[in-house]
Amino acid sequence: MALPEDVPVVPLRHWGRWVSGVVILALLVGLGSAMADAQILYEDVPGFFSADVMIDGLVNTVVLAVVAQAAAVVLGVVVALMRRSANPVARWVAWVYIWIFRGVPVLLQILLWYNLALVFKTISVPIPFTDAHLIDTPTNALITAFVAALLGLGLNESAYMAEIVRAGLNSVDPGQLEAAKAIGMTPATTLRRVVLPQAMRVIIPPTGNDFINMLKGTSMASVIGFLELIHAANNISSRNLEIMETLLAAAAWYMIVVSVASVGQYYLERAFGAADRVDRGLTPWSRVARSFRTPPTVRS
Amino acid sequence: MESTPLVRAHGVRKSYGRTEVLRGVDMTVEQGQVVCLLGPSGAGKSTFLRCINHLETVDAGQIWVDSKPVGFRLRGGKLHELREREAAAQRRAIGMVFQRFNLFPHRTAVQNVAEGPVHVQGVNRRQAHEQALALLDRVGLADKAGSYPRQLSGGQQQRVAIARALAMRPKLMLFDEPTSALDPELVGEVLEVMVDLAREGMTMIVVTHEVGFAREVADHVVFMVDGAVVETGPPSQVLDDPQQPRTRQFLAKVL
Repeated sequence: MALPEDVPVVPLRHWGRWVSGVVILALLVGLGSAMADAQILYEDVPGFFSADVMIDGLVNTVVLAVVAQAAAVVLGVVVALMRRSANPVARWVAWVYIWIFRGVPVLLQILLWYNLALVFKTISVPIPFTDAHLIDTPTNALITAFVAALLGLGLNESAYMAEIVRAGLNSVDPGQLEAAKAIGMTPATTLRRVVLPQAMRVIIPPTGNDFINMLKGTSMASVIGFLELIHAANNISSRNLEIMETLLAAAAWYMIVVSVASVGQYYLERAFGAADRVDRGLTPWSRVARSFRTPPTVRS
Repeated sequence: MESTPLVRAHGVRKSYGRTEVLRGVDMTVEQGQVVCLLGPSGAGKSTFLRCINHLETVDAGQIWVDSKPVGFRLRGGKLHELREREAAAQRRAIGMVFQRFNLFPHRTAVQNVAEGPVHVQGVNRRQAHEQALALLDRVGLADKAGSYPRQLSGGQQQRVAIARALAMRPKLMLFDEPTSALDPELVGEVLEVMVDLAREGMTMIVVTHEVGFAREVADHVVFMVDGAVVETGPPSQVLDDPQQPRTRQFLAKVL
């Protein structure tokens, strides 16, 4: 049979894309008209969004989330190292620590810390064999709403971070440890120069995920009167009863902060993946731009 | 004048659970000697090599390198076990090259080589960098200084690994099947570097299946089976006129 030449080629038509696009567009129009009819005073939202109390709440939310996450990362590394320690006591302590702080709901942990004064009037750490005290303060003075929220959120997160870090440490090829030993590296230098930099590729994505959770988890501190975004929104709506409007303003702030954190995570991952990819690949913007220009192709 | 040997091992025993991997190995390596360890897989060659720089602890027997007991300190007529940090210091005089290279993937070739001098010996960065470039040149990779391991072929990676070990100015080099993970056409470039090193007088212990290399370079060949030394001597004797049936069997298979 002779092979025909120059026969026209008909590319595959992607009807599904057009159909689904139309359906989604219709749904969006419906939602839009519903929201337009809703009894929401949209014109008030921008004012709530930029109200002084809202900005205070925003700052407090971000500060609490960053400090709690930072403390959790440090504690998590320590607990993860303890779980991998040769010392059986350290391993056991780390296991129990994770068991407890991962087992109790964060909201409950925050409430426990905040109400500590009910059971301990003062917090004092005596220095052994002397009458002096390292700390000796009324509990109420020490455990403010911020401190209680920080302890609740930070300690809970540190248990999760410990597991994330442990997964990262486990992901490093044992041959790397041997290579470090063979050039006479001490265990501490090996951890800092060889293990952690390689573990970071595994540690960063779930940590970014957890930080985004942490940003929203700060809202639980509203129950103990800490002025974060939801508490700020409640402050405004308790005066004017515009509950939906103030909550929408708070939601907008959460979306913005989470978006910024996501972008930060993306670039952090790129930085630590340096050795893995000869070609660092495209940024999301250039990828979006490209998807409009050329049809998707199969990559090997 | 008779000098003390650089490596002395006697009665080295090692078990993993119930499996006895080394059943009393004795070995002596003089300064400047090249010793090749041959034998079927599972003979304990690699395990013995790893005991020499304390990557494995021995169950019984002793290994002395440069008149110091490996993994111990001699004090008051007793051997005191070293802490990991002290064992690390002891390993600095012993270079090791692995079957799977084990380069640091997040650092370039020159950074891999300079890592030990800078972060273990405390050599200043610029000096270590210069020295690292010179070592890369010596193994024929001056133009690959800025490449990451994954951008290099297996043979190139192994040569970087040799340069990394040499950067510590070791008195002894251990090679654990350095060409076994390489494509056949890349074996030669690595062996060439090792031959040069041997010619320059480096003391080397090499676990290998390259009988040709052993014949050309080794001062001494040690044939091991089932965790024990079966036959030992110069290559002309062990490789060309083996006395033990196990050695003959093995050589008949690999040659």
